[in-house]
Amino acid sequence: MTLTHGPQLQPDPPYRAPAYRSSERRAPSAPLVPLPLGPTERAGPLFGHQTITPADADLTRQHPGEPLGERINVSGRLLDDRGRGIAGQLIEIWQANAAGRYTHPVDQHRAPLDPNFTGAGRCLTGPDGSYRFVTIKPGAYPWRNHPNAWRPAHIHFSVFGRMFTERLVTQMYFPGDPLIEHDAIATSITDPAALARLVASFDWETTEEEWALGYRFDVVVGGHLATPVEGPA
Amino acid sequence: MSAPSIPLPSPSQTVGPYLSIGMAWLNCPDLVDTGRPDAITVTGRVLDADGLPVPDAVLELWQADQSGRFPTAGADPDTSPPGWSGWGRCPTDADGGYHFTTVVPGPVDDRQAPHADLSVFMRGLLQRLVTRIYFPPRAGVAGADRWLPPSDDPVVAGVPAERTGTLVARPSADGYRFDVHLGGDAETVFFAW
Ligand SMILES: [Fe+2]
Repeated sequence: MTLTHGPQLQPDPPYRAPAYRSSERRAPSAPLVPLPLGPTERAGPLFGHQTITPADADLTRQHPGEPLGERINVSGRLLDDRGRGIAGQLIEIWQANAAGRYTHPVDQHRAPLDPNFTGAGRCLTGPDGSYRFVTIKPGAYPWRNHPNAWRPAHIHFSVFGRMFTERLVTQMYFPGDPLIEHDAIATSITDPAALARLVASFDWETTEEEWALGYRFDVVVGGHLATPVEGPA
Repeated sequence: MSAPSIPLPSPSQTVGPYLSIGMAWLNCPDLVDTGRPDAITVTGRVLDADGLPVPDAVLELWQADQSGRFPTAGADPDTSPPGWSGWGRCPTDADGGYHFTTVVPGPVDDRQAPHADLSVFMRGLLQRLVTRIYFPPRAGVAGADRWLPPSDDPVVAGVPAERTGTLVARPSADGYRFDVHLGGDAETVFFAW
């Protein structure tokens, strides 16, 4: 089996994105070397033996009190690049609180911490690849990439596919956020259609009356680090 | 324009500086019990293009067990070390250092030399970097004389000759050393497929 994505299906940003300053000293300089896929890359880790409880998927119930902010349901499916759901795999998320502050010592943004919000969640996907988190909408936050730089509201997603090649870490953005087009990390994705796939859609179906807004976000793994091939697959 | 019948891939984004919030719960640098007689350490540092340590990276190791097998849903658990998942995660420390305890992976097929795949995540990387750690035969290890040397490996053969050394771990007192250089003269070979 070979992965045969054309260049238009290679969705990922380049390592070196001049507008994203931290990429400068950390991006490799030499071209990537093609790796013929072998048994190591066609297999992948299995999760489920770790202790993951339903509470891990509800970021609003990890402390005695309720966090401040706009409660949201974030749900979707983990899919391979043929559209098949990936069952039983691990999704990890982390995010800022409603004020745009992370519970992390490096984050010194002058916005309040929320004693009732850690901002970390995890779950295993269901038989059809579905997942669901309850959380609060994260705030935008400033960073020092350039003067007056602000990250759009986002949730970090770390997912595992069936194969080593399908490992993906990405970020989910919110629809209508005016900061996305000014963000050096989001716009490191040069194809606007690819960036649009990281923007969740508002969803009435998972919006709960007098309780929470719903957002849908599917994560599709595949094509990552795939060397463009010439000609038909 | 009609909607595509298959979904298009989600692009990668950086883990950012706060990755530990979401990922530290699953830090597991010991793939095997450190007291096992065949346990080895794999240690090293992650260094940026200026040779400065990277203190905020996370490394994920993925490898076969000592018989060359990967965990699968139907596999016989008796052939692998207890609790074996083939997968480990370790953040770098203030000095860019990391430390795994594992076993030397067995042959995954008739051609490839013993190796582990290593994923590198950090702020500043918009997508993970993937490299391979090759384990050269080590004096005093039973059966090591039968291991294929990295120089005979088909993946190594596809790497420019002057760079293959960056993929080969150096034997140490209790295992191997393997540094990851993001740039500079000794830049590690990183792979795509
Ligand atoms: Fe973030």
